Amino acid sequence: MAIFLTKDSRVLVQGMTGAEGTRHTTRMVAAGTTVVAGVTPGKGGSTHQGIPVFSGVGEAMEATGADVSVVFVPPRFAKGAVLEAVDAGIGLCVVITEGVPVHDTLTFLARARASGRTRIIGPNCPGLITPGFSNAGIIPADITTPGRIGLVSKSGTLTYQLMYELRDFGFSTAVGIGGDPVIGTTHIDALQAFQEDPGTDAIVMIGEIGGDAEERAAAYIEQHVSKPVVAYVAGFTAPEGKTMGHAGAIVSGSAGTAQAKKEALEKVGVRVGKTPSETARLMRSLLESS
Amino acid sequence: MDLYEHQAKELFARHGVPIPGGAVATTPAEAGAIATELAMPVVVKAQVKVGGRGKAGGIKVAPGPATAEEEARAILGMDIKGHIAHSVLVEPATVLVEEYYAAFLVDRANGAFLAMASAQGGMDIEEVAATSPEALVRLPIDPLTGVDQRTARLIAERAQLPEEIHAEIADVLVRLWRVMVEEDAVLVEVNPLARTADGRVIALDGKVTLDENASFRHPAGDADPGHGDDLESRAKAKGLNYVKLDGEVGVIGNGAGLVMSTLDVVAQAGARPANFLDIGGGASAQIMADGLGIILSDPDVKSVLVNVFGGITACDAVADGIVAALDSLGERGHGHPIVVRLDGNNAEAGRLILSRAAHPSVRQVPTMDGAAEEAARLTRSAA
Repeated sequence: MAIFLTKDSRVLVQGMTGAEGTRHTTRMVAAGTTVVAGVTPGKGGSTHQGIPVFSGVGEAMEATGADVSVVFVPPRFAKGAVLEAVDAGIGLCVVITEGVPVHDTLTFLARARASGRTRIIGPNCPGLITPGFSNAGIIPADITTPGRIGLVSKSGTLTYQLMYELRDFGFSTAVGIGGDPVIGTTHIDALQAFQEDPGTDAIVMIGEIGGDAEERAAAYIEQHVSKPVVAYVAGFTAPEGKTMGHAGAIVSGSAGTAQAKKEALEKVGVRVGKTPSETARLMRSLLESS
Repeated sequence: MDLYEHQAKELFARHGVPIPGGAVATTPAEAGAIATELAMPVVVKAQVKVGGRGKAGGIKVAPGPATAEEEARAILGMDIKGHIAHSVLVEPATVLVEEYYAAFLVDRANGAFLAMASAQGGMDIEEVAATSPEALVRLPIDPLTGVDQRTARLIAERAQLPEEIHAEIADVLVRLWRVMVEEDAVLVEVNPLARTADGRVIALDGKVTLDENASFRHPAGDADPGHGDDLESRAKAKGLNYVKLDGEVGVIGNGAGLVMSTLDVVAQAGARPANFLDIGGGASAQIMADGLGIILSDPDVKSVLVNVFGGITACDAVADGIVAALDSLGERGHGHPIVVRLDGNNAEAGRLILSRAAHPSVRQVPTMDGAAEEAARLTRSAA
């Protein structure tokens, strides 16, 4: 089992014929993903890497039964592409694009909420992978194995690091929710899904400075998550008022510090690793003792 | 990107939000000339991107040009919480009867916009929120509908602003919302929004933060050229994601989360990171050379830690990049020890490439924690 993305997922790629879209479609297919369509306005009727290309998301869904979209289009076109997928009624829309204006993100998230049909992951995220079955995005598939750990993270490379360190146990699904200040799927959404997923035994949660998503996740864990959770938080040394790479990674005044997030998580019984490797060791010892 | 007050007010003026007027001066003589032209008492305000200017002596009232020049001389160059005042805004002094607070911002937690307003303006709004939270109203704004006259009046009512000026307030709020949307701002804050003795509602101060991701829609907006040839400006010119810190271990990594984590691990090892530098997933030779070049020209740096996890880009390609970068740097690459940690895809092949290249500055440590300890140790032996 898995969350959000399963072996039955039928994936279409918006922006498949571009450089990034081409490269990562090849990788997704190699990882076992059922990629059924590409969408590039004006290129409908052609094929690309043996996959049919459509001019619109609606016709691609109708023709192929696609239920997941992965968006690789440049920032200035991202809003239009996501709105098109939402309006066509796609179930899951994974927005890889980095640099989407926050006004655009707020618009397509509001439209997705109003539609009640589309879950959005990202933007500015590496996507999600259900190892061995399906990969929607840019997470490297060959660094880990299928297993029973669920992972949710704001950071791409820290996701890869933990997937790699725990590759002998393997993962049910790893979800990179993205480093933007406003994102479609939160830590809490993923925690809830992992709690309900019979294929997941334990959860790794990776957070970083900025906002209060980790504090809210801690409150959620206390109330609703019975599966063991191990966490890591990045950015203890980040100075106030500086954006650390991710648009959302910023300590504002006394809000959004790593220390506050760590304390909130520990207060509800979540073990928080001091380094990514120690976090992996905490999860390892937890799984070995159970 | 935070704007200076005078830049925020230029945007306000563009969208019809009433402001006092006036102009910016970078010398005392200019300040005096502006006051002469205004021919009335003026306020001289330090242009710094930090709160608490007034208390620090950065805002002064001057009855005429001579005093304006004098006050500008005192304020220009002033250090306010680490921010140097390079310019002052000289405005007509306003006689005000009441001060309010109004803001629009992005509400991260709820994925929506938020309007905030209060009848208790003119003071630190975080203090108002802490001491009398009921005095600060918050109203979620639907991104699909925005702020129209009706919503604006609702904000004014909820904040219990005087009823007789609701129409004026609503008009200002709608215009401020236009600044928010049309300029791609993530924050538009007016504190105080003042009611003047002659019955007008004007923005006496202005704080605007623009979304850098939207700069493609605002090509003219190169608002802050920066001051001097510092490392951050040079890194920015090369397109690097770099933040200067105050330690002695230069740090390069791929991915924002991994780099933040690397800084933390360096601190845990007893040293201080000199910078944040994310070279992204690609980690090409050129960007590695640019990054190493910046870090090695930082006089505070005593050792360098390169921490790369090979995911999409495998470690052998990263190692080739490091070797090529060191070749292109020549002598400059020999100044300080460079600790490299490669892990992930093709890690063995990558490490072998670095061993064979045998650059005298480079030493490899296979784990992130171990590499940070080695980089920290090297700063101590260099001291």
